Amino acid sequence: MFEGTIFEFTRINLVQVIMTVAVAAFFIVAFRNPQVVPRGVQNLGEIAIDFVDKQIIQSIMGASGRKYLPYLATLFFFILALNMAGVVPGLNIAGTSIVAIPMLLAVVAWVTFNVAGIRKHGFLTYMKSNLFPPGVPAPIYILLTPIEFLSTFILRPITLTIRLLANMMAGHLMLVLFFSGATYLFLDADTVLKPLGIGAAAMGFAITAFEILVGFLQAYIFTLLTALYIAGAESEHH
Amino acid sequence: MSPDMIRAAAEGDVPEGIDLFIPPLYDIFWGAVMFVALFLIFWKYVLPSLKTTLEARSDGIEKKLEQAEEDRNEARALLEQYREQLAEARSEAAKIRADAQSDRQSILAEARAEAQEAAAAVTERAQAQLAAEAAQVRATLSRDVGRLAVELAEKVVGDSLDQQRVSGTVDRFIADLETATADGTTR
Repeated sequence: MFEGTIFEFTRINLVQVIMTVAVAAFFIVAFRNPQVVPRGVQNLGEIAIDFVDKQIIQSIMGASGRKYLPYLATLFFFILALNMAGVVPGLNIAGTSIVAIPMLLAVVAWVTFNVAGIRKHGFLTYMKSNLFPPGVPAPIYILLTPIEFLSTFILRPITLTIRLLANMMAGHLMLVLFFSGATYLFLDADTVLKPLGIGAAAMGFAITAFEILVGFLQAYIFTLLTALYIAGAESEHH
Repeated sequence: MSPDMIRAAAEGDVPEGIDLFIPPLYDIFWGAVMFVALFLIFWKYVLPSLKTTLEARSDGIEKKLEQAEEDRNEARALLEQYREQLAEARSEAAKIRADAQSDRQSILAEARAEAQEAAAAVTERAQAQLAAEAAQVRATLSRDVGRLAVELAEKVVGDSLDQQRVSGTVDRFIADLETATADGTTR
């Protein structure tokens, strides 16, 4: 669809849209008619948002991080939903297993923590506190400043991108490997080898369960690190 | 690999090598669209709704707590009131009992005095009656004694005065007297 243009639409894009719509629909339904005493899906939605609020924002940023809740909640549930697509039958690929999404989110995180730091301390103070950490003898800065620059402004978005991308892609490859292997062993292999297909299918099942854990964990880590970077940029000491 | 996958790889749908890390523009575009859409939903709809709900919940809990505090105070005041009333009632009962006690004493004393009076009156009356009867008896007796004395004297004078006769006369007189007395009592 729209091949060659910016609007080109592939299977992965479709998966992403489906998962985004699903997660949006879940939260819209959960808070469509909110009750003081929560019931059913509202409970679930509140627990989900409370998780981001308590486990990520409160534990990293404290009460002042509350203003980042919309951003970080979106980040967490977007990544979680796209990750989970990898184990949803019929979709079978994580929306985060192409580089565009992790990179996009990493760039947004990079911009966010830098803007937060500059707005809090001013450009020069922010750069100085990042590149020239106090408490070191002056000559050390020759060594330290390039390292700090590299780690803070270059490597952070790259590690965010690759960690998520590699995890989800590897999970997808594992699933493809074991399930296509099981299919081959069952259908095409010699009779002697066919029982091995059971082992391959069992491994595929185990990897599926593992992928659910990894999908959750990666969404958590990505959001946690983003919160950590923002908190670090805003804090007074480095 | 399945034929589908091989074909997909051949068509370039599956990126390889460094292409893995160079996203096509349309992927970024769609990703951005979805991320922004989800962000707007969270920012404008979900989180405000949650916030209002949580605030309503906090308000409700606060109100309930206040209500409970009020109720407790009210109950405490009522209890105090009841206790006072109970104490009042108790002291009143004690007073009534004491009053009754003293009333009983006075009633008893009165009754006793009355009874004594009545008893005294009865005694007096009996004594008067006895005295009257005694007087009457005494009168009757003296009259009879007189008459008997006269009779005896007549009999003594009428008969001879020898010793034997006199004593016979006296004996007879006494016997007569006895029969007369017996007659008198039957009469």
